[in-house]
Amino acid sequence: MGLDPEDVFKDEEDDPDNEFFQQSESSKEYVVYLVDASPKMFNTTCPGNDQKDETHFHTSVSCIAGSLKTQIISRSYDEVAICFFNTREKKNLQDLNGVFVFNVAEREHLDRPTARLIKEFDCIEESFMREIGSQYGIVPGSRENSLYNALWVAQALLRKGSIKTADKRILLFTNEDDPFGSLQDAAKKDMTRTTLQRAKDAQDLGISIELLPLSRPDSEFNVSTFYADLIGLDGEDLAQFMPSASQKLEDMKDQLRKRMFTKRVVRRIEFHIANGLSIALNTYALIRPTVPGAITWLDSVTNHPLKTERSLICEDTGALIQEPPKLFQPYRNENVKFLPEEIAEIKRISPGKLRLLGFKPLSCLKDYYNLRPSTFVYPSDQEVVGSTCIFIALHRSMLKHKRFAVAYYGASSHPQLVALVAQDEITSAGAQMEPPGMHMIYLPYSDDIRDDEEIFPDTEEDAPRADEDQIQKAAALIKRIYVKDFSAFQFANPALQRHYAVLQALALAEDDIPETIDETAPDEEGLTRPAVVKAAEAFKLSVYGDSYDEESDMGKEKMSEASRKRKAIAENAAKDYDWGNLADKGQLKNLTVGDLKVYLNAHNLPVSGKKEALISRILTHMGK
Amino acid sequence: MARNKEKLVLLLDVGPSMHGVLSEVEKLCSMLVEKKLIFSKYDELGVVVFGTEESNNDLTTEVGGYQNITVLQDIKVVDGDLVDTLQKLPRGTVDGDFLDAIVVGMDMLIKKYKDLHKGKKRLCLITNAIHPIKDPFEGSKEDQVMTIAEQMAAQGMKIESIVVRGRFSRDANKGVMDENDHLLSIFSKKTHTRTVYVDTPTSLLGALKTRRVTPVTVFRGHLELSPQMKIKVWVYKKTQEEKFPTLKKYSEKAPASNKLATHQVKVSYEYKSVDGYSNSVIPPEQRIKGYRYGPQVVPISTAEWDAVKFKPEKGIKVLGFTDASKIKRHCYMKDVYLFIAEPGNTRATLAVSAIARAMKEMNAVAILRCVWRQGQQNVVVGVLTPNISQNDKIPDSFYFNVLPFAEDVREYQFPSFNSFPASWQPNDQQQKAADELVQMLDLAPSGKEALLPEFTPNPVLERFYRHLELKAKQPDAAVPPLDETLKKIIEPDPELVAENKSVFDALHRHFELKQNPKLKKSSRQWYQEKQSGSNAHVSGGQAVNSIENQPPVKIEKIGDLTPVQDFEAMMSQRDNPEWVEKAIKELREKILALLIHPDGEDKYQKAVECVAALRKGCIIEQEPGPYNDLMHRIRQYCEEKGIKSLPQLLASRDLTLISKSEAEDSNVTAEEARSFFVKMEPKPDV
Repeated sequence: MGLDPEDVFKDEEDDPDNEFFQQSESSKEYVVYLVDASPKMFNTTCPGNDQKDETHFHTSVSCIAGSLKTQIISRSYDEVAICFFNTREKKNLQDLNGVFVFNVAEREHLDRPTARLIKEFDCIEESFMREIGSQYGIVPGSRENSLYNALWVAQALLRKGSIKTADKRILLFTNEDDPFGSLQDAAKKDMTRTTLQRAKDAQDLGISIELLPLSRPDSEFNVSTFYADLIGLDGEDLAQFMPSASQKLEDMKDQLRKRMFTKRVVRRIEFHIANGLSIALNTYALIRPTVPGAITWLDSVTNHPLKTERSLICEDTGALIQEPPKLFQPYRNENVKFLPEEIAEIKRISPGKLRLLGFKPLSCLKDYYNLRPSTFVYPSDQEVVGSTCIFIALHRSMLKHKRFAVAYYGASSHPQLVALVAQDEITSAGAQMEPPGMHMIYLPYSDDIRDDEEIFPDTEEDAPRADEDQIQKAAALIKRIYVKDFSAFQFANPALQRHYAVLQALALAEDDIPETIDETAPDEEGLTRPAVVKAAEAFKLSVYGDSYDEESDMGKEKMSEASRKRKAIAENAAKDYDWGNLADKGQLKNLTVGDLKVYLNAHNLPVSGKKEALISRILTHMGK
Repeated sequence: MARNKEKLVLLLDVGPSMHGVLSEVEKLCSMLVEKKLIFSKYDELGVVVFGTEESNNDLTTEVGGYQNITVLQDIKVVDGDLVDTLQKLPRGTVDGDFLDAIVVGMDMLIKKYKDLHKGKKRLCLITNAIHPIKDPFEGSKEDQVMTIAEQMAAQGMKIESIVVRGRFSRDANKGVMDENDHLLSIFSKKTHTRTVYVDTPTSLLGALKTRRVTPVTVFRGHLELSPQMKIKVWVYKKTQEEKFPTLKKYSEKAPASNKLATHQVKVSYEYKSVDGYSNSVIPPEQRIKGYRYGPQVVPISTAEWDAVKFKPEKGIKVLGFTDASKIKRHCYMKDVYLFIAEPGNTRATLAVSAIARAMKEMNAVAILRCVWRQGQQNVVVGVLTPNISQNDKIPDSFYFNVLPFAEDVREYQFPSFNSFPASWQPNDQQQKAADELVQMLDLAPSGKEALLPEFTPNPVLERFYRHLELKAKQPDAAVPPLDETLKKIIEPDPELVAENKSVFDALHRHFELKQNPKLKKSSRQWYQEKQSGSNAHVSGGQAVNSIENQPPVKIEKIGDLTPVQDFEAMMSQRDNPEWVEKAIKELREKILALLIHPDGEDKYQKAVECVAALRKGCIIEQEPGPYNDLMHRIRQYCEEKGIKSLPQLLASRDLTLISKSEAEDSNVTAEEARSFFVKMEPKPDV
């Protein structure tokens, strides 16, 4: 174990920084799904998604299945266990009655989810009655208490790992709001007491118990009968509980498949404000493009992963080069050589520092000053005490005066001029929508900016400008397709969602790939509303006039005189070929690629590929 | 390649009033040639300087006049000598006439290329234009310029003028400057012209695009507002980072005698199976891509993948318009695109103009879904913002920025600034000092914006090309330091700082930082800093500002109130090594005392905290002995007294024995440490 002294004390309670970040820093989640399998779960039904009645057991199981499928992509390092209680058979380490821990081969009871687990769990309902069975565990006259046993088993499963590094949870699915209702007074009292004690013991060990109650349409699950005490609800929480619980159930099923990242400081940097005044900042990557995940190359015969070996070979001698080679740039008819260190030295400009250069009004930050995703900075008092205070003061001033800071960021690989834009905290319904801090926006240099809009000015006349009427018509159209509450990142990436869906289908050997919805498709229906169509037609008339033929106005000047002539000649020549005859005699190969393309173009065939490909495409088209 | 060859004539003012910036002009022009030597080595270039004592050009010999203009270099394909020429520009003695120089430059281009290569011929004028040009023999200066400009347009030439003003021309005649500016603006009415005004040496370095990139469209087609309303647009890149050149790897294996050696290095990748026994290389056709699904890797062949992957149709569609404030600036993901109406299509230009102006008026932006080309594997969702042209010649256009998808956003939570202790909140005076700084350290006073990205050169690339040139002559040259001009980009402007000395003084007065300059700290420093840190924290909670600057009190004994803090303080006192020993011993005793007389309701909480502190301290000092000893005693004590809660508490916080992996001196294995409390954990009663 490497001992980083900074980390050793990180979890100390009186560490001010940590106090605030604690909840987000536990890196793993251990979850035990505890599902009531009593006959009542099978007998009761409620209307499901497609208006068909489904049993509560089915609801619970499909909810867990959906959640597992999301989790294997989003947080595949989290560990889960699935445990039924009120079962006929028993299977658990403690050998307690009425509790069955579901598992598949090559997997511990509490472990990362695997494709096999998901697949077998998907069809658990078929075999459930045969292999596990359902039976009331709490019956009058018996000392058995299946709920107690279940909690005990769950707690034992969660013994693994420390609560500091993992978040431990028990999710309890049941539709029985009064588990000990069938018992006589004394026995009921006793069992209630011991069960509550067991739950409390678990909670004392840092395990949180969450209840997902299932209600029937005619009688709502009454939390206060028993479970309020078990999960520790009272007062306002109690009133809020039922509505939020049903929401939670829905959420579990329909979560976005999204890879989760734990909050991590990308870099600690020094923000140099003035001579002798440097504060410490942490940088975070809040927005980065998500890619489908790393590719592992496999041997297609054995499906074993392959190891990639990179080697440098001298082209002149074929010798293997061991040491890191020099680099060169051909210049002035010779090769100018550089050592890797020299390149690093060239790039080294005020390393690791962010130097304040000054402030500008926000209007100076043009829309096209952007190159890469921004980086978020947040102060830290851990290394330099007083950093947060200065940062907050600057943050407030910048917001007040609507200014941004220009600074030079000496990142070792990519030193760059940056804009620091203050962002005030935005909360909505108690949730933080935008964290307070500053966003570092990477500014382009003069050579990074292009002036392509300036290359086509009509030298004689001024560029056409829309008149007031046309602008009004445009505004009317804009108003018709106005989205009031748009959020910058409300769309799921359709390609990525498709990727995950395909991956899941292949991993679980599912027959059909589930449909993914492309949320980015435009609202076709909305755009055909009469009002929109009317506004669009009015605008079109106003700018295009009534005799606008799109195709004829297209690219008149695009083709120069010479190239048009050339093309016409080629086309005429090609028209004259007796294609059928040439094909029969195998003389197509004597034609030029250009000639072949003329044929392909004329028949709307693709023109890509090598000459052989073109010829074979022509032959296929002719049916020869 | 050949069809894009550029023919450029540099027209450089070297008159006395330009001497101050000539070294920057030299750097700028030699950079231009250096880049041409690498990226477009067939470009042709000529150099004309004006304001020289002598006159040496074709026109002066043929028709007379055109005095004080020297052709330094006839038009030729760029080579290394040109760099040398440009690095040693002559210093002129007379005030030059830029119009004469333009005519000489045009004459050179016409003589060499006739009327061929339209649009590839370019003149680049660098002057301060503060001296009057000569009156023509007939007509006005304006007529003369008009004639020249028309000729230029007929020949398909472009002109780019960089006018150096600002602090270099303070005592110049305003009337003359205005006249010259007016004359230069005539060019822009008649021909392809770009005129820029720069006022600092730094922006002069960025004023000329030293690398010519042929614009390539990303997309040509319809911008679809609705199924009825479509606009023909072309899409270009507006910004694209100029990357550090990719250098090739150099092999020194070839013998020096081999003159034909390429010295190239081939990078080869081999894929080997990792099962250990056979170290066989797997041929490419036997490889298959695999993606992780939980702990498994799922193989997916390219063919399979192609059959099922997401295949959007090419096209650009408007999803809707929304208020500009809904899109946060920091959400922009990539370099920026430019949408222009199809060139030459008047109606499309009108439509773009109408939409852009309406958007501007309404402060609206459009959300677009773009698929640039057929076969693209993904869609791009982004925001279209209007760009209202200030120049009558240039049509209105749009900028387009890519927005993140839901998967790209990481929803980290950060504590609200209001939740911080009072000592972290700036007081009124501190806030005032910060306000002053934000307002006074102004980079954009009254329209003169400094460090405008358009005119800011990339210091890293500047440095690379200078070093490259240096190395070509002197292979062992060291990396040059950044010169004063480039330092303006990476450091605050000393003049600006000096002007605002009082602001900085106030800042120093009101804010105090206690810092440790070293980035990587030893445990010792951490202890010390932590101490000061916790002091500040305590002061924030109890009495504001009372003990902020208090030096750490020397702790000689571990007290009852704050044993953990006392312990850490003692551990950090480095004046005598005995402190560590004493601290460990005292804390041990304290823990045992707490066990026997548990205080208050939370029973063993305090004892557990002390154990935690002791454990960490002992690991840092690599002294596992005292701690492990104590643990054995605690276990024994608990077993005797039948205390269950304490071992559970300790186990839950992983406060078990210090194992060998944590401290070398320990004789406890990791396994033993883990099972230390498990062994005695009382069986839960059924």
